[in-house]
Amino acid sequence: MILLELFWSFFQIGMFSIGGGMAAIPLIQNQVVNIHQWLTLTEFTDLITIAEMTPGPIGINSATFVGIKIAGLPGAIVATVGCIFPSCIIVSLLAWIYFKFKELTVVQGVLSGLRPTIVALIASAGLTIFMLAVWGEGGFSINAQSINFVSVLLFATALFILRKWKLNPVYVMLGSGIIGGAIYLMI
Amino acid sequence: MENKRRIYTKLFISTFYLSAFTFGGGYVIIPLMKKKFVDDLQWLQEDEMLNLTAIAQSSPGPVAVNAALLLGYRIAGISGALVTILGTVLPPLITLSVISLFYSAFRDNIVVNAVLKGMQAGVAAVIADVVLSLGGNVLKQKDGVSVFIMAGAFVATFFLKINVVYIILVCGCIGATKLLFQMKKNRNDGDSQ
Repeated sequence: MILLELFWSFFQIGMFSIGGGMAAIPLIQNQVVNIHQWLTLTEFTDLITIAEMTPGPIGINSATFVGIKIAGLPGAIVATVGCIFPSCIIVSLLAWIYFKFKELTVVQGVLSGLRPTIVALIASAGLTIFMLAVWGEGGFSINAQSINFVSVLLFATALFILRKWKLNPVYVMLGSGIIGGAIYLMI
Repeated sequence: MENKRRIYTKLFISTFYLSAFTFGGGYVIIPLMKKKFVDDLQWLQEDEMLNLTAIAQSSPGPVAVNAALLLGYRIAGISGALVTILGTVLPPLITLSVISLFYSAFRDNIVVNAVLKGMQAGVAAVIADVVLSLGGNVLKQKDGVSVFIMAGAFVATFFLKINVVYIILVCGCIGATKLLFQMKKNRNDGDSQ
């Protein structure tokens, strides 16, 4: 029955985390630490750190991590399926509506308002990551000492390469990880 | 049939590959998806990619999975959606399964931390690149309302930290109202002639 509990917990997490990764964290904590005590608070903090250090959505990362710990690989799979199940149903429904009615004027109007919004949301996320890379956890400050110049240089070089030669972004990210990593280890 | 299988394979490999390298959640994978499916493969238009992103963003659950589902569905129907979901979910499932076995060693490893720190700057650059292209296109349309929405949504999310769901709802309403006003105006202009 532990598998069913895992499924149901992550079903709720998937169902109520609207708006991406950060919105899911309090929900995961509530289910995994408070209600079921599958993880201690320290383990949960580790989980968030690891989830942010590894690729993939935070919901799926935590589903896998908790699932493996509680019930091995079947647990991981069940929790992950639970996490994406509600969104699959809702998004499929919305997709159906979208593809059926996208020619309607009202829908066209709504979408014309949403496109610039999405650009703004992506810009905001990008700026947040940029600030984390340049100033670290402390956040923005005009003090030159708090600026990570390695990050600024990597950012400028990477952006230049992307704009100028349209290189595959995955290579740019990996390259900046390897070059940046080497510099950080040397200094 | 052969052709269909090629599309599925391409969908699976593309989403698997993108998901495996997406550090930092949904907002990072969307620029990457845009590069891959709009710029490289040209399977859909930039406008449509943004529409799908809006749906993915305003639905519950991980944005990356939602966006993958919509892309897969748009390109190859329900089986396409299943393929892209699998491609998106497998990399984190595998990575986390492996890491959970020796996670404290991973968390405290200096090399891992240094590489991840270096990668942050690269991720920021990738997003900046896509924002410059997308934002440039919005500005080029010379449509005051769109520019206003873009600026307003940025302030609302970045400075005021308003929940994304509300921002999307409000901006969708503004867009619909604007279009209805335009239509009414066009009709009145037509009548007066």
